[in-house]
Amino acid sequence: MTLLICEPQADRHRFLIQERLLTGSDPQHSFRLQAKGTPETVRVILSDLRARVQALGISEDQCGTIEIAMAEALNNIIEHAYAPECEGPLRLDVSLGDTQLQIETRDIGHPLPGLDLPVNAFPDASGPLDSLPEGGFGWFLIRELTNKVEYTRKENKNHLTLVFAINPTDPA
Amino acid sequence: MKLSTDTRNGVAIVTITDTRIDAAAAIQFKDAMRAATDKGPDRVILDMTQVKFIDSSGLGAVVAAMKYMGSGRKLDLAGLTTDVDKVFRLTRMNSVFDIYSSVDDAVDLRAAG
Repeated sequence: MTLLICEPQADRHRFLIQERLLTGSDPQHSFRLQAKGTPETVRVILSDLRARVQALGISEDQCGTIEIAMAEALNNIIEHAYAPECEGPLRLDVSLGDTQLQIETRDIGHPLPGLDLPVNAFPDASGPLDSLPEGGFGWFLIRELTNKVEYTRKENKNHLTLVFAINPTDPA
Repeated sequence: MKLSTDTRNGVAIVTITDTRIDAAAAIQFKDAMRAATDKGPDRVILDMTQVKFIDSSGLGAVVAAMKYMGSGRKLDLAGLTTDVDKVFRLTRMNSVFDIYSSVDDAVDLRAAG
């Protein structure tokens, strides 16, 4: 496993990325990203994640799917789990299997209400201009773009696992 | 957040020159859109050709920009790239906006129609 540690420097938008290899797993197919999460660093994490997932041979279309779903998952952590400061540590463990890519996020923020994934209705966009929804799409997008989502709360930490089916015949 | 504005055939064209409309940019985008569309033609085409990524916060900001313009005016979108188009389709916001493949199409097709 490749362990990546992004440490904020004096300028909190810049990162020092350190890599070290952990023994016992395939460095090509699993890696970890760690960073101090803020709305700004989510961008850095997402572009790093996309580049690494792309390097694993995942198609452009699926890279887009993964980045959109992970943007929503990380934004939820920053805006809700880490409210009101909107910052705290983020850890992503990414592993690619034969038919799926799994990403587990871990944070030490507030638990999801009811200790479960929200069951939300799709925002209604059928009404007049004034009533059009400006939010509420996050969990909907995550569910639409993944094959499986799981949430657990363990030892005061949130674990969210997103699973994406990977078509092995997809051109990279 | 960088926006550039232009007018063609009596239509305002607002071009987003940043590549991401995300949670970190949504508020600045809304403010910049208000400033760019406060006055001027009733029809505004938002050129999204350079935007490679949008999240639900960015999507909400585009909807907010349209709502701010009011019902007497119109905000059309042009040049949605692959991932941006995916977000609009999945959230069904593609049915709320008129979406054109390019600014040229948005200006010309409307003029012809």
